[in-house]
Amino acid sequence: MATFFGEVLSVYSRAVEDEEDDNDEDEDILKELDENREVLLQWYDSRHLMPCTNLIIAVGKNAASFVSVYVLSSASWEAVGHASLSNPNPCGPASAEPVCVFYRNKDTPAVIVCKISGYIEEDQQFQWTEKVFGCVQQDGLRVTVLSDGPVAEYKNTDFSCSSSSLFLRCLETKSSTIKPPCPLLEQPNIFTGIPAAVLSHCQVHQIPTVAYQCYSDAISPDSITMETYKLAFTTVGDIKVCPLPSADTIHKLVQTNQIQSNLYI
Amino acid sequence: MFVPEATTPSFKDFTLILPAIAVGNVGQLAVDLMVSTLGMKRVGYMHTDCLVPMVGPNPYSTSAENAGELHTTAEVYTDAEKKLAVLQIRSPIIQSRSRKFRKLLVSWIKASEFSQTVVLSSSHAYQRDDQQLKGTLLRYLVTPAMQKASGAALSELGWMEMEKVSPFPGLVDASAEPRLSIPGGGITKGLFTEGCDEELCLAVVLVFCSEGDNIPDAFTLVNHLNDWLLLVGNDKQGPEKWKIPSSWKLLFGNSHPLSIF
Repeated sequence: MATFFGEVLSVYSRAVEDEEDDNDEDEDILKELDENREVLLQWYDSRHLMPCTNLIIAVGKNAASFVSVYVLSSASWEAVGHASLSNPNPCGPASAEPVCVFYRNKDTPAVIVCKISGYIEEDQQFQWTEKVFGCVQQDGLRVTVLSDGPVAEYKNTDFSCSSSSLFLRCLETKSSTIKPPCPLLEQPNIFTGIPAAVLSHCQVHQIPTVAYQCYSDAISPDSITMETYKLAFTTVGDIKVCPLPSADTIHKLVQTNQIQSNLYI
Repeated sequence: MFVPEATTPSFKDFTLILPAIAVGNVGQLAVDLMVSTLGMKRVGYMHTDCLVPMVGPNPYSTSAENAGELHTTAEVYTDAEKKLAVLQIRSPIIQSRSRKFRKLLVSWIKASEFSQTVVLSSSHAYQRDDQQLKGTLLRYLVTPAMQKASGAALSELGWMEMEKVSPFPGLVDASAEPRLSIPGGGITKGLFTEGCDEELCLAVVLVFCSEGDNIPDAFTLVNHLNDWLLLVGNDKQGPEKWKIPSSWKLLFGNSHPLSIF
């Protein structure tokens, strides 16, 4: 595309990048690249299928912090597995940092919480979901997803709602029978990422699932945003939410995530 | 890849329409208009790792009762009376899996025994050559199998076939064979080529456009398709014959808050 000043700018499409012409060499390279994009699940228990009636998945800084502070802070949870992602660099070693950890309640072992602290790339989200659900028993399974969403991306014609920068919305699968404690997500908004991958899987496999997204303008964990998730947890059942977590625990979590500015040093 | 919603539907002798993820998302917008106008019913999902996951509330909602229904990345809708099936794809294809996705589509099309398949697509308007700059923005392509079935009908409509272009525009090279080029068309060319190899009855209908507000391009494409397939009666003219889905509001984001004034 030429501009008024004669320079030529490359034009890009928001929808598509042009396909390269196929050839056989590419297929081998793509296969090798795919092998390096594997999601590695490791269970500390050798059982093939984990018994599970209630699976809670927390993704996003505030959602993950909420489960850390309000749910997992009691002594009745034990880590039962984790997932890590292959290093995207095909020449590098596999990443040692788990991207998510699975916890089981010792008193009610069929309740599992999955806390996702890292980011799972778009091309690995489907695989992560299939592998996790491939490891849990699905009879009587109910799934709850908690996730963060930026309020700047929320579309609504009603400004009295979006002028508040902290609110919950949810989406549920066809087989879900609970009445969510917050409004359903309105058009034209969508969920993406792990909540979308999980909801898609559960819709197709008819697993009752509700995904909650807390829209806020917080870029790091804060106590007010974390508290908003308590409303979503009222429908989970089987799990006690700590009514008053210690101020030290919250402060430590918030401090850890604060960007340390050296502007005035 | 195809997972039925309830009982497995039969697609034998149905016409399948699917969009290519292409410049301006015109094919997808055109499919939205078809599903919304004809009140098509969802019959299944395309559950695949080739697409970026996304979900949302019912994009074709007609009442508060059905507004909250969950819809996923790729779904199949049908109109049994018209023997029409439509695959809507709502998110990009993961780049390294585009060939795998094409192969999955082709094998599903063959296994489902569709009588014909139409791919709605688009191509960068700015990359047209001198010939393509003249006349209509609409083009079509047909596989040999489709040429036998519907070639005459498309000729009668006066449709323009997509031209082959020189691989090196501007360079005079007698040995360079003109080739098919659909810049900005995503998997369109690959799907068409595989359709030819697999002897599918497949047509591509595309419009030249640029990124921007592509709603008028969607109407152009769907009206053009309607001239051939007669999906919607021609008693109403213009945009009124197509029903805009509820998901098209705020396509370019929120408008400015009045409180700033």
